[in-house]
Amino acid sequence: MPVRTLPMRKLKAAALAAALSLGFLAAPAAQAAEGHISIPDTRFSFDGVFGTFDRGELQRGFQVYKEVCAACHSLRLLSYRNLRDIGLSEAEVAAIAASYQIQDGPNDNGEMFERPGRASDRFRKPFANDAAARAANNGALPPDLSVITKARVGGADYIHALLTGYQDPPPAGVTVMEGMHYNKYFPGHQIGMAPPINSDGQLQYADGTRATVDQMARDVSTFLTWAAEPELEQRRAMGVRVILFLVILGGLTYAVKRKVWADVH
Amino acid sequence: MAETLAPSSSPNTGNTLGEGDHGPEGTKRDFLKLVAGSFAAVGVGAIVWPFIHSMNPAKDVLALASTDVPLSHIAEGQAVTVMWRGKPVFVRHRTAAEIQEAKAVPLGELRDPQPDSARIQREPWLVVLGVCTHLGCVPLGQKPTDARGDFGGWFCPCHGSHYDTSGRIRRGPAPSNLAVPDYAFTSDTQIRIG
Amino acid sequence: MASGLHDSSFTNPVVRWIDQRMPVFTMLQKEYGTFPTPRNFNYFWNFGALAMINLVIMIATGIFLVMNYTPHTALAFESVERIMRDVNYGWLIRYVHMNGASMFFIVVLVHVWRGMYYGSYKAPRELLWILGVVIFLLMMATAFMGYVLPWGQMSFWGATVITNLFSAIPVVGNAIVTLLWGGFSVDNPTLNRFFSLHYLLPFVIFGVVFLHVAALHITGSNNPLGIEPKGPQDTLPFHPYYTVKDSVGIVVYLIVFAVLVFFAPNYLGHPDNYIPANPLVTPAHIVPEWYFLPFYAILRAVPNKLGGVLMMFGAIAVLFVLPWLDRSPVRSMRFRPIAKWAFLLWTVNFFVLMYCGGMPAEEPYVTISRLATAYYFAYFLVILPLLAKVERPLPLPESIAKAVLRGGGPVPGGAAAKPMEKA
Repeated sequence: MPVRTLPMRKLKAAALAAALSLGFLAAPAAQAAEGHISIPDTRFSFDGVFGTFDRGELQRGFQVYKEVCAACHSLRLLSYRNLRDIGLSEAEVAAIAASYQIQDGPNDNGEMFERPGRASDRFRKPFANDAAARAANNGALPPDLSVITKARVGGADYIHALLTGYQDPPPAGVTVMEGMHYNKYFPGHQIGMAPPINSDGQLQYADGTRATVDQMARDVSTFLTWAAEPELEQRRAMGVRVILFLVILGGLTYAVKRKVWADVH
Repeated sequence: MAETLAPSSSPNTGNTLGEGDHGPEGTKRDFLKLVAGSFAAVGVGAIVWPFIHSMNPAKDVLALASTDVPLSHIAEGQAVTVMWRGKPVFVRHRTAAEIQEAKAVPLGELRDPQPDSARIQREPWLVVLGVCTHLGCVPLGQKPTDARGDFGGWFCPCHGSHYDTSGRIRRGPAPSNLAVPDYAFTSDTQIRIG
Repeated sequence: MASGLHDSSFTNPVVRWIDQRMPVFTMLQKEYGTFPTPRNFNYFWNFGALAMINLVIMIATGIFLVMNYTPHTALAFESVERIMRDVNYGWLIRYVHMNGASMFFIVVLVHVWRGMYYGSYKAPRELLWILGVVIFLLMMATAFMGYVLPWGQMSFWGATVITNLFSAIPVVGNAIVTLLWGGFSVDNPTLNRFFSLHYLLPFVIFGVVFLHVAALHITGSNNPLGIEPKGPQDTLPFHPYYTVKDSVGIVVYLIVFAVLVFFAPNYLGHPDNYIPANPLVTPAHIVPEWYFLPFYAILRAVPNKLGGVLMMFGAIAVLFVLPWLDRSPVRSMRFRPIAKWAFLLWTVNFFVLMYCGGMPAEEPYVTISRLATAYYFAYFLVILPLLAKVERPLPLPESIAKAVLRGGGPVPGGAAAKPMEKA
C-alpha cells in the first residue's frame, strides 16, 4: 500500500479550541483532522449506542466478501466457525468450510496435502504469502481485512466511501499513474485497487435483495465491521447493564455519604 | 508505621467501626449502608467472573479440529499413537489372542469392572486415551520393544500401573481403566476422534 | 505489653490473637480507621484513592492478559486479537487494560493538578511530592512499554522514536540505543525486554505508592485551605467520613471508565495500531498516546535534537524541585491572587501543548508550541520564585473549623463551605 501522505490542512483552530477544555479530546480531534478528505457519514444498522448488526446485511456482506474481495484480500484472523455469529447454521458453516481446500500436514510421508476445510479452520488466504500477493497485484499488497474498520480513520464509513468513491475518468487536471485508479476518498486519491464493485447486479444476492453498488458496499462494510469487532453487540449490551448498575450503586453510595456526613456539616 | 499506638481517644474517633448510632436516624443509615454494601458486593462478585472465565478454554481451543486416523497401515499386533487435544491416543490393532484374553477375564477380578465389548466399537480396534488414570503419565506398550506389563497391555513406568489388552487397570495405583475417547468410524479404514 | 505481645484493643479473639503478634489491625485502624483527616476536603481529594484503585485494576487485568499474550514479533499482534476474539471475556479485559491506562493518566493528572493548586508540595510534604513525581515517571515508562506490546504500527514506530531520543546523548548515545534495542533496530529482543519491564514496573510503582502513602501518613494530608489542622475540631476520622466520600468518587470514576470501555473503546487509541508493525513503512503522522502529547510538543518545539530531549525530560525534572522554586509560605492558591491566575494559565497552557503535540510539526503549531513551552518553564523558574517575593496573599483563616463551620462550634449547616466541599 502506498504511504499515506499528509496534505496541507486548513487552520481550524477556532473550531478545535473547544476540544481544549477537555484536554484528552485533543488526540482524537487531531486524528480526525488528519485526513483532510471528509468521509461522508453512512447510516448503518450498528450505528449509535444501541445499534446491532443486521443479520441479513452481514450475510450479504459475507457473500460480497466471498465473491469479490476474497480473490485478493485475506481475512486471516477469522475462522469459518465464526460465521455462526452472523446467523448461519452449523450445517451451512460446515458446507462453506468444506468448499475450500485447506492445506494440512505433513502426513506420514512428510508431505503437505490439501483437504476440505472444517469449521475450525481459519479463512483460506488467497495468496501463500505477501510476496506472492504483491507479485499478483502489480507490486501492491492487498491488506488483510480482519481488523480493517478499526485500522482506518472513519471505519465502516470509510470502507463504504472508498468502495463507492471511484471516478473514471478522473477530474480534469488530474493525471492518474499507470495501473492506478482515481478515488475521491483514498488518501492521495490514487489507489492500486481496481474498482471491485463496479456495476449494479454484479452478483446475485441469495436473499433476493437488489445488488446495487451502494447496497453491496454497505453490506460488505457491515460485514467487515463485524469481522473487526465481533464482540460489539455483547459489549454494548453488557455496557448498558454495567452502567445502570453503577448509577444505582452511585445513588446508594451518595445517600450513605449524605447520612454519614449529616452530623458534621 | 507506629506499631504500638493504640487507637487515640479524640472525641471524633469513637463510634466508627460498625457500632452504629441509635434512634431512627441510625437505623435508616444502617439499612442504607446494608443495601449499598450488598450492591457493592454483588458488583465485585460480577467483576470476578470474567477474570475466572477467561482462564477456561477459549473458543478456538474448544473448536479444535477432530483428528482423523487412517487404520489401513496398522498391521495386526501393532499400535499407533496420535495426538488429540494435546494428548496421546493409542490405536491398537489387537491380535486374536489379545482379544481372546481381554474377553476371558472375569469381571469380578477387575478393579474397574467393564466388559471388553463396552470398550470397543469394532473388532479388532482398541482406541484409548494414552494417559494413565493415576497421575497422567503416558504408559509404555506402544512400541514392540516396550515393556507391556504383566497383562500384555500397557505398563506405566511412573508408578507401576499395569493395564491389560483392553486398557483396563489390573495392578498398581491407578484407580480406573484407560479412558475411551469419543470416536466414530468414518469408513472401514478410518476413524475420527472427537 | 507483658510477655512481648502487642497491647491490642480488639476484642474478637482471632483478630486479637493476630494483632497481638503482628499489629496489622491496630495499624489499619490507626491509618485508615481513626486517622485524623482534615474535615474540609473537596472531591479533588478523591483522586489519590482513585489512582490506587486504577493501579490495582491495571495489575489485575494485566496479569490475566499475560496468560494469553505472546511476546514475539510474529505472534504478538495475532495473540492480542485472539484475546479479543476467542478468550472468554478477553475483549473486556483487554479494553479495560487499554482504556485503564488513559484513565490512570486522567486520574493522576488531576491528582497532580490538585497538589499544585493547593500547594501540597510545600514543606513538610516535599518528599511526599517527590515520591509522587517518581510514580508519574514510572507510569510513563510503563505506559510507553505497554503500548509497544500489541506490535502494531504505532507500537513499533513509537518505540523507534522514543528509544532514538537517547541517541541525542553525546558520545554514548548510540551505544545506549543499541543496548535498549538489543540489536540494530526495534525488533524481537526489544519486544521481549519491554514485555519483561512492563510486567515488572507496576510492582515497582506499587512499592513507591506504599512509600508515598507512608510519607503522607507522617505529615498528614494537606487541604483546600492549605493550613494545618490545629486540633480535633479540625479533623474527622478517615472512616467512615472519607471512606464513604471516596466510594462516591470511585463509582463516578467507574461510570466514566465503563462508558469508555463499552461504548468507545478505541476512541483514545490510534487506528494505525490495528495495522501490524511494518519496519519498512512509517505511518504518515505518528503521534504518541494523548498523555504524552504535552511533552512531545515540548520535544518538537526545540529545533535542536539534544536540546529537545533535554527540555522534554526537564519538563518532568522541574517538578522535582518545585518545592524549592515556590517559596511562598501560603500553600493554597485560594489565598494567592496572582499565583492563582498564573497557575490557571499554566493549566490552559498544558492543554495547548497537548493539542499542539497531536498536530503535525508545521506552522502555526510550531510557534504556538514554542510559546507554550516557554510559559511552561517560565511558570516554574520565573513566576513562582518571583511571586514568593512580591505577591501579597489574602489573610488566611484562623483554623479549618472556623472556615468550614462559620464561628468554630459544631454548628450544622456548613453555609461557609464552597459547593465542592459540601457535596
